[in-house]
Amino acid sequence: MKSLILRVTARVLLPLMSLFSLFVLLRGHNDPGGGFIGGLIVGAAFSLYLFACGLQAARAALAVDPRAFIVFGLALATAAGIFAFFSGAPFLTGLWAPVPLPVLGKTGTPAVFDMGVYFVVIGVTLSIVFGLAEE
Amino acid sequence: MPALIIAGFAVAVLAPFACCRWGLRARYLFVLYPLAVTAYLAGSYAGIVSGAVRRTSLMWMPALGVRFSFLLDGLSLLFALLVSAIGALIVVYAGAYLKGHPHHGRFYAFLLMFMSSMLGLVLADNAITMFVFWELTGVSSYLLIGFEHERESSRYAALQALLVTGFGGLAMLAGLILIATVTGSYELSVILERGDALRAHPLYLPILLLILTGAFSKSALFPFHFWLPNAMEAPTPVSAYLHSATMVKAGIYLLARFSPALAETASWHYLVTLGGVATMVAGSVLAFAQRDLKRILAYSTVSALGTLALLLGLNTEEATKAAVVFLLVHSMYKGAMFMVAGTLAHETGTRDLEALGGLRRLMPVTAVTALVAALSMAGLPPLLGFISKELIYDAKLQAPQAQQYITTLGVMANAVIVAVAGMLAVAPFYGRRRETPKPPHEAPWAMLLGPAFLAVMGVVIGMMPGIFAAPVVSAAVAALHPVTVGVQIVLWKGFNLVLGLSMLTVVMGIAAYAGRAHLLRAFAGLRRMAHVGPLQAYDGVLAGMLALARTQTRLVQSGYLRVYVATVVLFLAATAIATVTLGGTGPGALRITRVHVAEVSLGAVMVLAAWTAARAESMLAAIAALGIVGYGVALMFVMFSAPDLAMTQFAVETLTIVLFILILPRLPRLRRLSRPAVRVRDMLAAGAAGALLAIAVLFAARQGPPSRLARYFADNSLPLAHGRNIVNVILVDFRALDTLGEITVISVAAVGIVALLRLRVETEKDKGAP
Repeated sequence: MKSLILRVTARVLLPLMSLFSLFVLLRGHNDPGGGFIGGLIVGAAFSLYLFACGLQAARAALAVDPRAFIVFGLALATAAGIFAFFSGAPFLTGLWAPVPLPVLGKTGTPAVFDMGVYFVVIGVTLSIVFGLAEE
Repeated sequence: MPALIIAGFAVAVLAPFACCRWGLRARYLFVLYPLAVTAYLAGSYAGIVSGAVRRTSLMWMPALGVRFSFLLDGLSLLFALLVSAIGALIVVYAGAYLKGHPHHGRFYAFLLMFMSSMLGLVLADNAITMFVFWELTGVSSYLLIGFEHERESSRYAALQALLVTGFGGLAMLAGLILIATVTGSYELSVILERGDALRAHPLYLPILLLILTGAFSKSALFPFHFWLPNAMEAPTPVSAYLHSATMVKAGIYLLARFSPALAETASWHYLVTLGGVATMVAGSVLAFAQRDLKRILAYSTVSALGTLALLLGLNTEEATKAAVVFLLVHSMYKGAMFMVAGTLAHETGTRDLEALGGLRRLMPVTAVTALVAALSMAGLPPLLGFISKELIYDAKLQAPQAQQYITTLGVMANAVIVAVAGMLAVAPFYGRRRETPKPPHEAPWAMLLGPAFLAVMGVVIGMMPGIFAAPVVSAAVAALHPVTVGVQIVLWKGFNLVLGLSMLTVVMGIAAYAGRAHLLRAFAGLRRMAHVGPLQAYDGVLAGMLALARTQTRLVQSGYLRVYVATVVLFLAATAIATVTLGGTGPGALRITRVHVAEVSLGAVMVLAAWTAARAESMLAAIAALGIVGYGVALMFVMFSAPDLAMTQFAVETLTIVLFILILPRLPRLRRLSRPAVRVRDMLAAGAAGALLAIAVLFAARQGPPSRLARYFADNSLPLAHGRNIVNVILVDFRALDTLGEITVISVAAVGIVALLRLRVETEKDKGAP
């Protein structure tokens, strides 16, 4: 269904929603939000773009195969857990950097873990959505 | 030490990328890893052989007492040296062997993964750490055996190896946990000190049986020996590394490592020695009758493993010394012979004994190497194999019981092994030249290096055993028999009974080799007996399990979605009734305090939407109505102040509707709606389930004060986890392991869905169109 209004708005909404999802991801630790929700928002954004401009355009906008997101997310989440080994702590201990970064605030392994979850959710939703849209 | 092992896994992960960039030359990069390990071990060599041990330990699960511990002592040093040194040679060999193969990046990844796992296994000091690496070697072996996965025989062999060794691994885990319960610790160092308590405990026999199952299955000892010949489906470098020098020795390592704690009882003596003897004899006889070079080597390896088990069963100091030396020499000559067999197969295109002959002029270096290795295998001086055979006979003659039988069987088995050595090294290279599928020529240097090095080492160590072998052997023996006088290995001990036995063995072996054709004809009747054995038992069990699964599925899974949903819903209703009647004071006064107009109207809208969805006549209307229900749930979450849940529910509902829209064109039109009677029945079932569940929730909600867990999370979220959003903190910090499991599960589900969708698209394209 190629509606002109939808096409134009989707082209604007996609980057906006992606940025919003990043915002939701980063605020998750202290306010409602987090990795799962951020990932789902990106999934919704790309689904909108899919409806508006077609599958090829949506795949090109994502640029990377969604399954790569899954692998990257899992690797990031596991790395966040293994990082604790280097300080002699058990797997998945939360270690926090002593100095908060300017924009991102306090960083630590749970934040990296949340990012891993974020990428996995993006990868999972978009693999399924793009897979179903293949015709 | 742990850094070394994790580095190995890291190199394994990077291997496919390196091979994409640099092709087979990347193997010079990979060989650096085993060389680095060998260097590290060589650096510790002097310390370890003078009695020191090196330990490292990392915390893993403090609550269960499980640590990531490593120990370097004489025994593990010997094994680790074998793994890394032979590994380096195999890495180089495999590069030449696999030239032209498209997937060599994957091959090196699996090979390096195996190497790291094996190192972890022999260096582990904690029972659970050892088990993890044990299973990792099993998995990498599966990947390597099934490397040519297009062939069904490869897949079958790989699965068989995995199932047999995995089954043994599970038994071993049970045994290890029992040991830890009895001795109070998972650390091997502690367990080995408490051996007396273990042996006196009533659970000793089950523990022994479980550990023996693990060791026997991994090391292809009777009755688990049938997977090893089938594992010859693997590419020859894999067979040379795993199935002769390293992985199959893991069971032997287990027996050796636990012998200070578990041995010295009659059960150990009988079980291990008898198992070893049976395997030794069966393996050698079966090797004699084979035609395929690799199967000959596989069965002779089975026989050698039987000998090792036999010696560990005897558990005297001489037997342990003999076992350690035999371990060393067997890895060297068997590795060399496997590589020679691979070279022959690679250069001539065949592995059949009947088709190979007279190749010594065309492949001189290979012929000489094979001959030297065969001399070591046959046990002729001055090679290390000779020393090893003498030590074995020495140990057998000094066995506590039944020396005559053990020694006689040993002589017979070794005679057959001498004949087998002749079959492997003499027959292909001497005699009449026969036609081979490919014109043979000498192998490239990379394929000559490995076997030549191992053969030469056999000679060198044999001539100067005191310098090269004695230190590490005595350290290994000292690790197992703490009170030891020191080990001496000499080449020539004078004319005695043992020397006589060695000469008798060689003479009998040459006679057997010469008369092979006659012997095979004479015993042809016995071959028919080989069709009833453990292999058939394995096949039978597997087929039976599959048949059971098929029957059960046909009974329970009818294929109708509505039957499944009805089952779930009715079960839910039954559970709700059970909760209400059993779990509380029964239907009493429900305290309904304040009810907002907003909540009631939202609830009414949702009920109306659900009713519309059930009564809709078009798919689109039904989907839209269900969407309203979903958004209504999200609004409920907002009203009851659960913002994270609400946001998630909004997003999930949106995506669900998107998915429905995407598949809408492919769904069949709602042509036939159910009869009114069926509708009434469905309505009653659904209504009952929903109402009962609601009542159950209302009763649950009026139970006492909030749980301790909720209070803990509320109190500790900010100080311990630096976060104010308790829900998110629970997900990514307090309960991160659960989340990790969840994202793994949805990733696997996504991969499966994409695969199924791809399959549909492809079949449609095949059917669709010109």
